[in-house]
Amino acid sequence: MAVTSSGTATVTLPTDTQILITREFDAPKHLVYKAWTTPELVKRWWHANRGEVTIAEIDLRVGGMWRYVSLTADGFEAGFHGEYREIVANERIVSTEVYEGIPDAEEHAALNTLTLTEVDGRTTLTVLVEHPTKIGRDAHINSGMEGGMQDALDLLEQVAISLR
Amino acid sequence: MARAATTADAFNAVAEPRRRQILDALAGGEQPVNELVHLLGLAQPQVSKHLRVLREVGAVDVRNEGRQRLYRLNGQALKPIHDWVKNYERSWSERFEQLDVVLEELKQKEDGDGSDE
Repeated sequence: MAVTSSGTATVTLPTDTQILITREFDAPKHLVYKAWTTPELVKRWWHANRGEVTIAEIDLRVGGMWRYVSLTADGFEAGFHGEYREIVANERIVSTEVYEGIPDAEEHAALNTLTLTEVDGRTTLTVLVEHPTKIGRDAHINSGMEGGMQDALDLLEQVAISLR
Repeated sequence: MARAATTADAFNAVAEPRRRQILDALAGGEQPVNELVHLLGLAQPQVSKHLRVLREVGAVDVRNEGRQRLYRLNGQALKPIHDWVKNYERSWSERFEQLDVVLEELKQKEDGDGSDE
């Protein structure tokens, strides 16, 4: 029997500067890719139930730009944009990601790699988020806001240890 | 609600790399100030300044033992950061639940249209 939902996203920490998000979907990869790269579809899921996606622009070609803006119910607006670096249709997208809510945002761009792997009609999606510098992480931690929360993950283990 | 633009919360306290280094060092156990000074390779006044910020948000506790001032980590004060990271994971989980719905529709549409090859 097919299971519709695979539950929650799994977030792991391969290295000090990386975050890996993993999730399985009960759909073939070309559909996951379509939902990931079509603006009208992105607007339907990227809001994470916290408001709405007011802007979703996707120029899906190497060197092309993307930009998403979300607006929460309590009026917090968060903008993200980046550039596509590598595109393999239905399989892999490498792009930069800039959170517009921090100073010198461009310098702190993360590099995101999306991969889609299909087995028996089910797709495993991974997003690897890589921060080039510690400064980038610091900025993200400092933002403390939804969307700017890419990191602080390396502290988590210590926090967990000390809470025991 | 805007947060105070000072070092008054855990997020700002850990935003400074040196202060995270101090927390790293204290994660292994209680340390006297001079040991932290040695580990960080900074002058004592600078280390004291960072420790004061961490103390103000409760991220570290201090006690005197003889002539030494011993610092230790207080993870409870960093719980907002822990919660924040959980929030991140939850955020993606909710995103993906919406994506499930979109995918279900795409699948039905594709079946309805027959093969799109």
